[in-house]
Amino acid sequence: MSSGEPLLELRGVHKSFGAVHVLHGVDLTVRPGRVTALVGDNGAGKSTLIKGIAGIYPFDEGEYSFEGEHVKVHSPKDANDLGIEVVYQDLALCDNLDVVHNMFLGRELTKNGLVDEDTMESRARETLDGLSVRTLQSVRTHVAALSGGQRQTVAIARAVLWNSKIVILDEPTAALGVAQTEQVLKLVRRLADRGLGVVLISHNLNEVFQVADDIAVLYLGQMVGQVEANSTNRERIVQAITTGNVNEGDAA
Amino acid sequence: MSVTTDESQQMHDAPSRATVVSLWKDYLAKLRGGDVGSLPAVLGLLVLVTAFSVLRPETFTKAFNFGNLIQQSAGVTIIAMGMVFVLLLGEIDLAAGYTGGVSAAVMSSLLTNHGWSTPLGILACLVTGMVIGTFIGLIVSRLGVPSFVVTLALFLALQGVMLSIIGEKGSIDSGDFVAKLNSETIPVWLGWVIAAVLVGAYAGLTWLSNRRRRRHGLTAQPMLLWALKSGFLALIVGLIVYYLSIERSPNAHIKSIKGVPIALLIIIGIALVLSALLSRTKWGSHVYAVGGNAEAARRAGINVPMIQLSCFMVGSTVAAAGGIMLASFSGGVNNVTGGTTTLLYAVGAAVIGGTSLFGGKGRVIDALIGGTVVAVIANGMGLMNQPDSRKYMVTGLVLLVAASVDAISRRRAAASGRF
Repeated sequence: MSSGEPLLELRGVHKSFGAVHVLHGVDLTVRPGRVTALVGDNGAGKSTLIKGIAGIYPFDEGEYSFEGEHVKVHSPKDANDLGIEVVYQDLALCDNLDVVHNMFLGRELTKNGLVDEDTMESRARETLDGLSVRTLQSVRTHVAALSGGQRQTVAIARAVLWNSKIVILDEPTAALGVAQTEQVLKLVRRLADRGLGVVLISHNLNEVFQVADDIAVLYLGQMVGQVEANSTNRERIVQAITTGNVNEGDAA
Repeated sequence: MSVTTDESQQMHDAPSRATVVSLWKDYLAKLRGGDVGSLPAVLGLLVLVTAFSVLRPETFTKAFNFGNLIQQSAGVTIIAMGMVFVLLLGEIDLAAGYTGGVSAAVMSSLLTNHGWSTPLGILACLVTGMVIGTFIGLIVSRLGVPSFVVTLALFLALQGVMLSIIGEKGSIDSGDFVAKLNSETIPVWLGWVIAAVLVGAYAGLTWLSNRRRRRHGLTAQPMLLWALKSGFLALIVGLIVYYLSIERSPNAHIKSIKGVPIALLIIIGIALVLSALLSRTKWGSHVYAVGGNAEAARRAGINVPMIQLSCFMVGSTVAAAGGIMLASFSGGVNNVTGGTTTLLYAVGAAVIGGTSLFGGKGRVIDALIGGTVVAVIANGMGLMNQPDSRKYMVTGLVLLVAASVDAISRRRAAASGRF
């Protein structure tokens, strides 16, 4: 499982906004069943990279392969169709809707032209049960009434509802307390154990070493390297993040 | 299933063995959380009706007045129901009143001056409303001009359009058929049949849906709550139809007036259709999503400009239907049709009923309840021979109170996590 064919491979992608070159020839590999942490200092291009993968800001050039085939991703829908889901830092949930409607946001199921509340509710619960989520009292609670960790759970559950293959998480624990962070990290690990490819953006290296299988370091728009987590250590990653240099033997 | 048994029991938040006490406690908790719904409007309505009944027992409580009240408020209430769609997005349509006026003027002119047939005239009226809504919606969604400004400009411009259609004479007749819409009643027996069908359909459909959901292990309404709701609905509908079935003509030997006004049927029909659109279709879910968090909706692949455009189109088309009722009530279109207090009463009706000015929260039924509050104030104050000056002051203050309740409940909701 862990050493399967790459789900997603980026080779030499570039992206600029006007005169500003944000990504210079970045490579990235995401394998099924593995958590790939994407780390780098502010402004390294992490957000631009995932927005490119998600089709929000398509890459200017470079190869984008999914399950070994070249694909063109020009819009969020293209990415969703491939099975790529992004959980944004600000979660993108609607406070005035309940958990079920948030999980199906924009993709509500219909029967005879009407919203099929029954199927939506049972599928939402199945997905939450499948992720062993025990913190949600009712799937009919409005999202406004949920805690930060519960909201994060809903956002992640939404991402896996669609039989997605890759889930990209943008700093999922940034705003959470200790216990909730722990819950979310366990959830992240479960996603990978179910065979999904997980990309985790994080500033917290403790977290990264706790859940990640691979670590990819971005430095000023360039990929310093992508290494296996157990073949490196904190100091080397910190050095790579801050200086862009990677010690010999680390590059995978 | 064995693995998730204890969990699914936890998640079934609607035990069937609910008691009156537990339901009451749940409801109080909801209120404390800031989710007041249309409770302030219902309480206000009770206070107003009691006050006017005590102060003017000889006129306010008369069946004649009750029928009259429905017909007076039909136009405003319908415009308010359309306004809900615009308010749900956090936008506003200040031109809705004159949209109704212009559409009714177009219809009246076609019917009276150009000899069009009634169905075509009514269709032209609705199309006029839709065109105005499309215009507003395009400017708001494509150019990004705030709806407040766009519709304020149209408030003036449409007034000019209406005056130019009406021309020198100052009024256009709307024809016999249109005049009947907001003056005639249906036979008493038909009123009872329709009432029975509506209550039966509500009770039957919700019961079936509850049973199906319980079988599938989904959240369902407790039986007791279902019984209370259905019984309450039957009671209210029964009382209204009973009251409207009393002979209310002052000279019954010349012309008998009894039965449910056609206007009420039209209001209920529009309310049912619009409610179904909002709560049962994918489009309706998207309207709430855009109103709650437009950015989240956009990222979820919802076409936000299209939702905005369509809400303005629905709002203005419904406003055109309201315009027909206004024209019908005053026997034709004149230079104040859809003007003066129409718009403020319509916005007031929606907001008093519990639709939020901040978007994302509100139902079509809110406009119906709020419209009744506004109508009772206008009607009762009129019966007390109060001058317009005081009527305006009171209605203005009530609107202000409603908007404040909205803002306060929103703050409480933010504090307690409910919306």
